[in-house]
Amino acid sequence: MVSAALALVGLLVSLYLWLWKIGVLGALACGDGGCERVQLSPYAQVAGIPVALLGVVGYLAIFAVSLAGLQDPFIRRRWPTDAVVLLAGIGVAFSGYLTYLEAAVIHAWCRWCLVSVVIIVTIFGAALAGRIAESRR
Amino acid sequence: MAGSLKPFYIGLGVIALAGALLIYMARGSGGVASPVDAPAVVPGGPVFPGHTMGSDSAPVTIVEYADFECPACAQFAILTGPDIKQRLVATGQVRWIFRDLPLDMHRNSLSAHHAAQCAGEQGRFWEMHDQIFFNHGRWVPERRPERVLRELAGAIGVDLGRYDACMAENRYVTRLQQLKADAAARGISSTPTFEIGGQRVSGALLYDDLKKLVDRAAGRP
Repeated sequence: MVSAALALVGLLVSLYLWLWKIGVLGALACGDGGCERVQLSPYAQVAGIPVALLGVVGYLAIFAVSLAGLQDPFIRRRWPTDAVVLLAGIGVAFSGYLTYLEAAVIHAWCRWCLVSVVIIVTIFGAALAGRIAESRR
Repeated sequence: MAGSLKPFYIGLGVIALAGALLIYMARGSGGVASPVDAPAVVPGGPVFPGHTMGSDSAPVTIVEYADFECPACAQFAILTGPDIKQRLVATGQVRWIFRDLPLDMHRNSLSAHHAAQCAGEQGRFWEMHDQIFFNHGRWVPERRPERVLRELAGAIGVDLGRYDACMAENRYVTRLQQLKADAAARGISSTPTFEIGGQRVSGALLYDDLKKLVDRAAGRP
């Protein structure tokens, strides 16, 4: 439940950044312009795909798997938790890399990206804790 | 199990709805029009009227207050600018005036605006305007953007000897300070801001929204 709720929030944050990136939104509510600086940097896309869109897809996947894990046919299965641990683990690693770029290369902080970092780390922690608890049962 | 999850699903629905609403509101945050204030008096002589594009006899004049380092301004210039030039300015419907508004919060903005003035001195303002906005990612992150700006000026055929002299003298700093003071006196503190036929609009407009305001200013339904 925690994973699904947080993934939904993360999905909305990523969607917000992505919609700005493709020009749907006029200005980001970010305070000091750091979000725009990060979003307009060359590091805001990977192989031509906006990082924010990767976030949308990633959070959507975590959300879908988390919800699936709550359904009767899968409630006692371990694979949904394993999948969330794996997806969130990839997200944590990627977010760590992006945060390093903000600090050391771009020299600007995107507050919404930092919100996403907190979300993905929390999802990973919660899923990992759930996985450990499951393995002890 | 599904029955006991009902409150949880309702909670998810509330989160999704609230998020969607906030994003929808953010979409419209830049487009609220308000009447233009009376022109203000700025000390230090007449204020530079701005760089102009289009016919003097165009029925609608749009004044844009923009900051070269402002991401929303760059987004507007890149996404909407070409449409405006081809469909509104080139067709004689709009005369476009660009007024520099380098905001203090942007580290490299003043250098970029000064570079554009120096290119403008050689009749290359609009080319430099496009260079600066379209190459945002190259000069904005720089600690010292002058080298990149000089490269951009050279790429559009600016005489770099005259450009260097202009930049070294800080020839247009007073002009830029006056423009900032003028904008502040008019109550303009964010970029981009547009004055369209007596209405003021803040935020990067999409072409269709801008066209509606132009039509309204021109008296078209």
